[in-house]
Formats: sequence, structure tokens, C-alpha cells
Amino acid sequence: MSAAADAFAAVFGPRSGDPSRAVEHTAAELVAAVGAGTLSPAEIWSEYATLAAGDELNAYLWRAAEDPGADAAAPLAGVPLAVKDLFCTEGVPSAAASRILEGYRPPYTATVVERLAAAGAPMLGKTNMDEFAMGSSNENSAFGAVANPWDRERVPGGSSGGSAAAVAGGIAPWAIGTDTGGSIRQPAALCGIVGLKPTYGTVSRYGMIAFASSLDQAGPLTRDVTDAALLLRHMVGGDACDSTSTGHPGEIELPTAERLDGVRFGVPPELTGDGVEPGVRAVFEAALARIEELGGSVTEVPLPHSGHAISAYYVLAPAEASANLARFDGVRYGRRAAADGDLLSLYEQTREEGFGPEVKRRIMLGTYALSSGYYDAYYGRAQRVRTKIAEDFAAAFDQVDLIVCPTSPTVAFKLGERTADPLAMYLSDVLTVPMSLAGIPAISIPGGLADGLPVGIQLAGPAFAENRILDAALALERAIDFRSQAAARG
Amino acid sequence: MAEVAYEPVIGLEIHVQLKTATKMFCGCALSFGEEPNTRTCPVCLGLPGTLPVVNEQAVRYGLEIGLALGCELAPRSIFHRKNYFYPDLPKGYQVSQYDIPLARDGRLGDVRIHRVHLEEDAAKLVHAGASGRIHSAEASDVDFNRGGTPLVEIVSEPDLRDAASAAEWLRLLRATLRRLGVSDVNMEEGSLRCDANVSLRPAGSEQLGVKTELKNMNSFRFIERGIDAEIARQEGILRGGGRIEQETLHYDVRSGAISSLRSKEEAHDYRYFPEPDLVPIVPTAEMVERARAAIPELPADRAARFAGELGLAEGQARLLAFRTEVGDFYEAALAAGAGAVEAPALANWTCNDLLAALGEGADPAGSKVTPAALAGLVGMVSAKEISNSAAREVLAKLVADGGDPAAIVAAAGLGRADEGELAAVVERAMADQADAVEKVRAGNAKAIGAIVGAVMRETKGRADGGEVQRLIRERL
Repeated sequence: MSAAADAFAAVFGPRSGDPSRAVEHTAAELVAAVGAGTLSPAEIWSEYATLAAGDELNAYLWRAAEDPGADAAAPLAGVPLAVKDLFCTEGVPSAAASRILEGYRPPYTATVVERLAAAGAPMLGKTNMDEFAMGSSNENSAFGAVANPWDRERVPGGSSGGSAAAVAGGIAPWAIGTDTGGSIRQPAALCGIVGLKPTYGTVSRYGMIAFASSLDQAGPLTRDVTDAALLLRHMVGGDACDSTSTGHPGEIELPTAERLDGVRFGVPPELTGDGVEPGVRAVFEAALARIEELGGSVTEVPLPHSGHAISAYYVLAPAEASANLARFDGVRYGRRAAADGDLLSLYEQTREEGFGPEVKRRIMLGTYALSSGYYDAYYGRAQRVRTKIAEDFAAAFDQVDLIVCPTSPTVAFKLGERTADPLAMYLSDVLTVPMSLAGIPAISIPGGLADGLPVGIQLAGPAFAENRILDAALALERAIDFRSQAAARG
Repeated sequence: MAEVAYEPVIGLEIHVQLKTATKMFCGCALSFGEEPNTRTCPVCLGLPGTLPVVNEQAVRYGLEIGLALGCELAPRSIFHRKNYFYPDLPKGYQVSQYDIPLARDGRLGDVRIHRVHLEEDAAKLVHAGASGRIHSAEASDVDFNRGGTPLVEIVSEPDLRDAASAAEWLRLLRATLRRLGVSDVNMEEGSLRCDANVSLRPAGSEQLGVKTELKNMNSFRFIERGIDAEIARQEGILRGGGRIEQETLHYDVRSGAISSLRSKEEAHDYRYFPEPDLVPIVPTAEMVERARAAIPELPADRAARFAGELGLAEGQARLLAFRTEVGDFYEAALAAGAGAVEAPALANWTCNDLLAALGEGADPAGSKVTPAALAGLVGMVSAKEISNSAAREVLAKLVADGGDPAAIVAAAGLGRADEGELAAVVERAMADQADAVEKVRAGNAKAIGAIVGAVMRETKGRADGGEVQRLIRERL
């Protein structure tokens, strides 16, 4: 067995029972082991530095050369962190997986990365992603696609594909990513791990290279729900550098629930119907059965406007992106084309060479949607749809505590399968985009396997209901026992 | 057929750099001629991942301007992104306000205010090459020190009808902003910039003609000349049967020529949309109250008070009110005079003699003349203790060396000649100028000048011309 296959087995296979192997532990277990003195931060770092160096998935774009010497007494005990390339990190390449920023080393570090380092989670490396977070398969990276550790012929999802693959592949204990329309939850689902998109505003966006500012939100990608809670606890908080940050009212608690008595779950027919493939549906229905076994109730709740979510999203997100990406003009940093003509040629050639096709497509979409004479018909209308979708969720949460649905309509698809069909690719996010538009928190946890590939179950709650979501997710995670299912796969 | 008379219709758009401690959306100090690119940070350089945070002081200044211009303050205003590519714009968009500005619907003097909004300034481009313009430059450098400086844009309604009134109104606006203390309002340095929208219509018509926008004229004189040139250009086109094109124009101050910067077809589509990185500005009642309390007496009100309560001539009232520092000196002198000096006389001495003696643009507070000294001097003139010409001599000494006017008068013997002394001098002069006396008696009133002149020579200007004339007439 190769080192990489061995690391993957350490995450999802039967436990060897060797407590000195860091890779066999969840991050929370590592924190406990450091506390108990059975493992040191240096040992954990050294093991993971070796694993990251042996990356066969193309999950990493950059790896730290030296052990930063984390403090064992810090809350996160030195458990190293994989960071999506979208986060700016001082002196370390931060390119958002784009040619236009190739080699760019920012003079400052994103707030959330700084906070996690201060809490004792030093950066192990920067992970691959779809260029500027635009994509659902990680195939839009300028630095090559990422392989799904479950099947290297398949995509890990995107855009946080490198972070998800690194955690699932056992070459990072945990990771952070960003979610604009599903970019944490969908790759978490396709890689069989946990991914949480927090309420918009709870985590600072300062230092995250912006895709769609009103939607972007950072969150954890972890092996299990407890790790997600632990990491998120140290990510949330208001930031004077981000006017839209609100912080989280009260602390993120480590979940403890074993049962779901009295918890009301709503199943939106719009997000569980056509387009969800049978294998995914079967896993989802099994999860509903687990919920009821644990004492939860399951009813249908409508989200009548969610059918328009993808259309609205693909107006709003590109519109914001068209402005956010205007700064990449070759004048101050990053790539500059060798244009010897006038200013316009410098702009045009730099952007022609620097951006990949999907990024160009979205800039054009967004520019068109904002153009004089079209603004109301596209941007204005999409904003109204967004409001309706938020109202749908608000009405649903009058009746239920949590929404439950699959995270992705399909399991991980083959590399290259959807690259020729942007619309099919966009539909990968059909079940995650509604929550993004509403700004509400949602988690994806592994629900089981379909054709030997992981299926994600998504739980969404009202704004700032992270603790409620994490508690329910933990109870469900225990009942599902995905690791045993994966280990039985062989 | 009688020739149609055209009426110019003019509105102004003014950009004001605010004098805040830091920039509009980051913590960098404002720049006053520092080394290029020394007052920058990741935010104002628009580096990837950075976010703007609104400067509270800029909002406060904006509210003060809105209130001072009699505007309604928006209970909730938002920022937009104005998108266009240019090297002085590091984000590829300017954060500005669009359909919901900070304040709207006000008035200053006779001109209505359309809107007042907040935005950020662009960086400064320096083009290497003979022309100083981008097209033929060998290279262009960008200095980001200015980038992100807070700006307030004030847009007037098209209520002005000629270039001179436009310049005069802009002076009132500048005085008002200066009095608020929110800006240096220096046109040469660019802290006050003015564009003019100009159109013509047949006199009596209510409908507006097609307007052109005249960009960035950097002095009152150029604004007046530029608008006049544009009015003449448009009138020429209309009289020739042509049509005015909506376009943006550049007025060349050296040649006086007007050239097109861009036509309506070439106008940018700025693709405005709400800035998602910022939250709305929602002024609390407390913020509004604080802004209101911070507004001092404004020039228009001060001028009205000077004219109404103190009985000053309108021109002097305006001069004293628009030049805050001169008005302050004047009022200090008036207080020092404590009723012993007449307000209009003191205004005459301040506006005419003192300002002339100090030189154009001087701040009297920075001179050697104290308000009390000026008041004392004017008091002595009013009490007829010294003559006007002697008083001017004293003023010249005050300007040169400072001091107390009474002491100067005593030391130099400039005190007015008393009536007994003067009568003797008059009688002597009439005896010496018998010819002139005869002529006056014969009806040639002007001949009295020779006698008066002789008296003045004799008294070295210590006599009052009016009184000398009276004494002569008594003896004729």
C-alpha cells in the first residue's frame, strides 16, 4: 500500500490501535492526546509534514517548510491546518489557484488564518481549489485538477476541493475552505467528510480573495462533527476590518447530543425531487429513518422559490465577481502581460492570459447583468428572488427546527465528465445554493455510500443556529457511523 | 425677425476633499505632499482580500455639510460600486453613493442643492513626457497617497444663469465649507474641484436644453472664463442652426479652447450596484444632533446679520462674512471698541484700509495690528481726535511695528490741531491767499481748495478737511 493509500485507510478504514500514529486520530483526539502527553505538537507536525509532502492528489499548492513550533497549551494544541489558497497569507503564495496571481505573496494574513494560528492551529499548507472559487469540481484550477481519494478518476468537488481531498485523504488533520454557493459542503459530501458553512457574517472575510462578497463565507472541513465545532469555535468573531462581520452570539459549543427527541426536521420537496440520483436518494431516506429512530420528527416543508435559486445565483455571484476581479489588471501585482501597446492592451492581454475560461465566462455574465438597460431585468430581479428565498426559509423555520436534504444530487463524478457542459456543472450546487442566498448556516455530513462513493446529508438552520445544527449533526453522525460503513467497503 | 435671446442654465458639481485624520475606508493618514506611495496600506492599494470600513469622521463631516446646506438627511444611505478601469483606481471600481445619497434637497443662497454624497478619491497619475497627458507619455507612475481620501460631492440644481453668479455662488459654498472646518477648500491644491453643467434655452422657455459637462476648472477665474466660453460656443452652434451634443468637455486654460473628452456614445457604463462589502449608513438621532450642534454661524447668516444688525453695506458684510478670519478680526475689534466705535466705520477701516495695508489674502490675526489697536484708532477718528490722513499714517506704523495708536499719535504729534490753533492758521492762510479768497467770493467754489491746501500743509495733515472748509466759509 502506498503512503497515500495508507493515509486514506487511516481515515476511513479500521483502526490499527496504534495511538502514536497521528493520522488515525481526529483533530479533537489529537488535542486530547497532546493534553494527555501521549503526542507532542512536534510529532504531529512531523508526521503530517511527511504526509503532505507525499500528496498524490494534487491537493496542496504549497507546503510549510518548517515546524512553526506550536504551543502545546494552546486550545488547538498545535494540530496543523490546511488552508485554501483563497486566503491571503503573509509572505506565502496566495493565488486563488489563478495564473493571474501566480507567485503573488501578500503582505498580510487573513483574519481567520491569524486567529486559528493564535489558537494553536498553524498552517501546514495551502490547498488547491477552483480558480477564484468558481467551480464545483476543482477542475478549474490553473494548477491542475485534484483527485478524489475515494476514486482518483473522480473529482473531489469544488471549489474547496483541495481542502476536502486533503482531509479525506489523511494528509491534513483538518482544513478551512470557503463557501459561496456550496464550495465547502459539496466537496465535503463528495469526499465523505464534514463541511460547515456558517451564517453569513459570523466569520471575518478580511483576507479572503473575494468571489461574491455578499455570499462568501469561510468554514471548516473536518473528519467529523466534533472537529468542525472545535475549529469553527476559533474562527467566528467580529472583525473591525470587515464591516459585514457580526461574530456569533455566544460561543460555538462542542456538541454532545445522542438523541433527537423533539427536534423537528423539514424535508423540502423542491430539494429532494427530480435530479437527485437514486443512490443518493436511498442514503438520504436511510438518514431520515435514523432521524426518526433517534426521536426526531420528519415533515415536508415547502421552499417554493428554491427552484429559481441557481438562476438568481448565477446572476448575483458573477455580477459581484465582475467587480471583485476588476483589480487584477496587471498594473500593481500578479501577472502582467508583455503588452507593448497602450493601456487597454495591457488590461486585455493580462486578463486574457491570466484568467481561465470559467472565470472569463462569469466576468462576462456579471458584466452583462449589470449593464445599463439590463440591470433591473437581471440583477434587480435576482435580488428579489433572493429575498423570496430567504422568506421561504424564514417561513419554514416557523414550522421546523432544521431543514434536511441531500448536499449534492450526485456522488463524485468522473474527471472531465462535466467540463464541456457548464450548466450541468452549475447544477452540482442546486441543493446548496438556496442556503447561501439566504445567508443561513448549513452542514454536510457523510450519510453513507452509493456505489462505493460517499453521499452527503445536509442540515440547515436559521441564522446563528450553528449550535443546534452541530448537536443534531453529531447525534445523526453517531447513528450513521459512516466510518464503519466505509471500513466495511473494504 | 427679432433674434432669439438665449438663457444659459448652469449647475455645478463640486468635489470636496475632507480634512479627516484618516482616509475614507482605511486607517492611512491623509497625505500633504509626502514622498509618493508612503501613505498606503493593503486596503487603499486594493490588494486582494481587503475590505473597506467607513470612516466615521467622514460621515460626521458629510452630515454637517448636508445640514449646513439645508438638506434632508437620508435615514439610511448606501454605497455603490462605480466600475471602470483606470490605473488610478486600484480596485477597478470607485466606492461612491448612487441612488440613495447621504443628503438631498437643500439650498444655499439662491441655489438649490440636489444632493450631497460621500465617496473616495482616486490616486494620482504622473505622466512622464512633454505633454503631461497619458496618451503620449513615455511612462506613467501612480502615487496612491491620494487614493482613498474622503470626498464629498455636492451637486447643485441648474439654478444659475451666468458665469459670474456661478463663481460668486461657488465662493459662498467655499466660505461655508471653510467655516465648517471640514476641508481646506483649496482649488489650486485640488481640495475643492468644480465641474459645470451648461445648457442654453430660448429666454422664457421652461424646457432645459442639451447640456455639456465642463470638467475640473481649478480656479474661480477659469470657472468664469470656461463657462463663458462654453456659453459662447453653444450660442454659436445654435445660431448657426446646429444642435448641441451631450458630451464631456475640457477647457484649456492657456488657449481658452474647449475640446471634447468623450461624447454621449463614448460615455462609460459604470454598472453601478450596491457595495456588498459595506453596511448602510444609518445616522442615529444622536449623530444628527451632534452634527447640528457642531455647525457654527455660516457665512450667509453672518452676512445677513452684519447687514441687518450692524448696518454694514452689503458688499462689506459679504466680504467680512465670506472671509471668516477677517470677519472674526472685525468682530473682535468691535468688541474691543466696546461701543466707542461705530460698526460701519470700523467695517470701512477693516475692509478698505487694513486689508489694503496688509496685502491680498493676508490674515489680520497674523499681523502686528491687534483688534484693540484698530478699534482704538477708529475710535480716535470718530471722536475727531485725529484726522483721516493722520489715522492712515498711524495704521501704517501699526502694520509695520504694532503698538498702541494713542501712543503713536502722541509721540509723532499727530493729534488733531485744536480749534484756536486751527483758526489762527486759517486766518493766516486766507491772508496769504487773497486771490483765492476773491475768486471764491466771486462764485468760484473750487478756488477754496488752494486755501484748504495751505492749511493742510501748515498743519501737516493734523486738520480735518471738512472742518477747515467750515472755518474758511465762516470767515468769507
